[in-house]
Amino acid sequence: MQWETVIGLEIHAQLATKSKIFSGASTAFGAEPNTQACAVDLGLPGTLPVLNEQAVRFAVKFGLAIGAHIAPYSVFARKNYFYPDLPKGYQTSQFDKPIVGLGQIDIEVDGEVKTIGVTRAHLEEDAGKSLHEDYQGMTGVDLNRAGTPLLEIVSEPDMRSSAEAVAFVKKLHTLVQYLGICDGNMQEGSFRCDVNVSVRPIGQEEFGTRAEIKNLNSFRFIEKAIAHEVERQIDVIESGGRVVQETRLYDANKDETRSMRSKEEANDYRYFPCPDLLPVEITAELLDEMRGDLPELPEAKKLRFQAQYKLSDYDADVLTTQRVMADYYEDAVNFSDGEAKLVANWVMGELSAGLNQHGLDISASPVGAERLGALVKRIADQTISGKIAKQVFEFLWASESTADEVIEREGLMQISDSGELEKIIDQLMADNPAQVEQFRGGKSKVLGFFVGSIMKQTQGKANPQEVNKLLQEKLKE
Amino acid sequence: MSIQSEDVLKIAHLARLGIQQEQVELYASDLSNIMNLVEQMNQVDTSDIEPMAHPLDQSQRLRSDVVTEVNQRETLQQNAPDIEDGLFLVPRVID
Repeated sequence: MQWETVIGLEIHAQLATKSKIFSGASTAFGAEPNTQACAVDLGLPGTLPVLNEQAVRFAVKFGLAIGAHIAPYSVFARKNYFYPDLPKGYQTSQFDKPIVGLGQIDIEVDGEVKTIGVTRAHLEEDAGKSLHEDYQGMTGVDLNRAGTPLLEIVSEPDMRSSAEAVAFVKKLHTLVQYLGICDGNMQEGSFRCDVNVSVRPIGQEEFGTRAEIKNLNSFRFIEKAIAHEVERQIDVIESGGRVVQETRLYDANKDETRSMRSKEEANDYRYFPCPDLLPVEITAELLDEMRGDLPELPEAKKLRFQAQYKLSDYDADVLTTQRVMADYYEDAVNFSDGEAKLVANWVMGELSAGLNQHGLDISASPVGAERLGALVKRIADQTISGKIAKQVFEFLWASESTADEVIEREGLMQISDSGELEKIIDQLMADNPAQVEQFRGGKSKVLGFFVGSIMKQTQGKANPQEVNKLLQEKLKE
Repeated sequence: MSIQSEDVLKIAHLARLGIQQEQVELYASDLSNIMNLVEQMNQVDTSDIEPMAHPLDQSQRLRSDVVTEVNQRETLQQNAPDIEDGLFLVPRVID
């Protein structure tokens, strides 16, 4: 039988606020355990939550960016369950009145554009962390993360392959960073993904029973977990079994999903409106303000890069995936006096290679846009060759010097002066009469010998076009 | 609508409430009475009334995004039964 995969996603994006969603405790990552967990986060008696304005603004910004309906009134609700990293015994979330309603996002897979529906996005608080290493046979709880604002983004079950699911997650990942509402750091858990997967015979209208896979914190894991889960479900059905609706955990080490039985019975969350929080009102003024505050979005930026800088679809795509990368690129182009294509090659080539090798993000690049742009300018005006530029780049990477300083100090200026080059050529011809004869006898390949020798003698600084021109002239004399 | 004994036990379990076996019937009857009251209210036609999310007719005041809390771990952990390396210790939870 032919099977079709149906995928829906839930993404938790940690909002980039300084303080928590309902308290004034810091959200900074990596602090000592429980040093950023205040009385509100601990759910101590008598405390009351006060909603963080920035979290609301971020949610609205996201909604506007995906063309969603923004609810004029949204309501916080309590999702009740017991777990030690949830001190209040409920998670403050939103249920039937989320802040962001129906929207959509376009993805592209193999050149085909597909629109994926976003059902909703709602504000909620994160839980703390349980540490299961052995603490006198007990579990350790760190509540620093408790109360960190999350935007949970829920998609429609519109995806039909793991490639589409990954494209959607990547699109969202880029978008939230462009909007500046989430740092997108998947290792630190700032951007996490749960996947709902089911299969059905091709042509069947009705959805199959789905399993939810939790704990996916990389694009590769999402792809592998879906592939694995689809195979598992098909195996179950084809061997006469039935898929059970359950939560499964993906184990990256074993590349398999396994059932999380402990949570099955806890699915009765008994939501009710949170009496401690009033409905959130979004005014027309705030909407206008947020609309005016939207940055140029990835798609628009990509199209502009193609038009303005004459970049290929691929180049424009790579350069706009990260907003910092796009900003870097545009700055560098300015400093290079408009050498758009050459700067693109350098950013995607030498610079990206260097950053990858050192495991650095472009925002931490040792070579800033100004110095890279100035280097490219010197290639464009033929002060140095592209090859020498790679040497200069090494110096830029390791120091604070500018390209001009390095070229001057290291004497890397290209030799284009024909008088100087002629002298070298004359000497070379005098020293190698046999090769000169060979060339004149029709062996044009010998030209390579001459070019090579000159480059060696000048340590690569001779202007190659000029050398070629002069050699041709002189050898034919 | 009437609440059965098994409903009482399930709700009590979900809420982590320990109740005496001999009181189950009593709770079932009390809760059924409350549900009957709700059922009675359900008869009223509310089709043109906006559902109320909160009894106060106001909207939520917002707080600026500023860190105002300082580290008070030592104080806050004074009433914790068990701590180690700054962590709260709880009976082992296995996923």
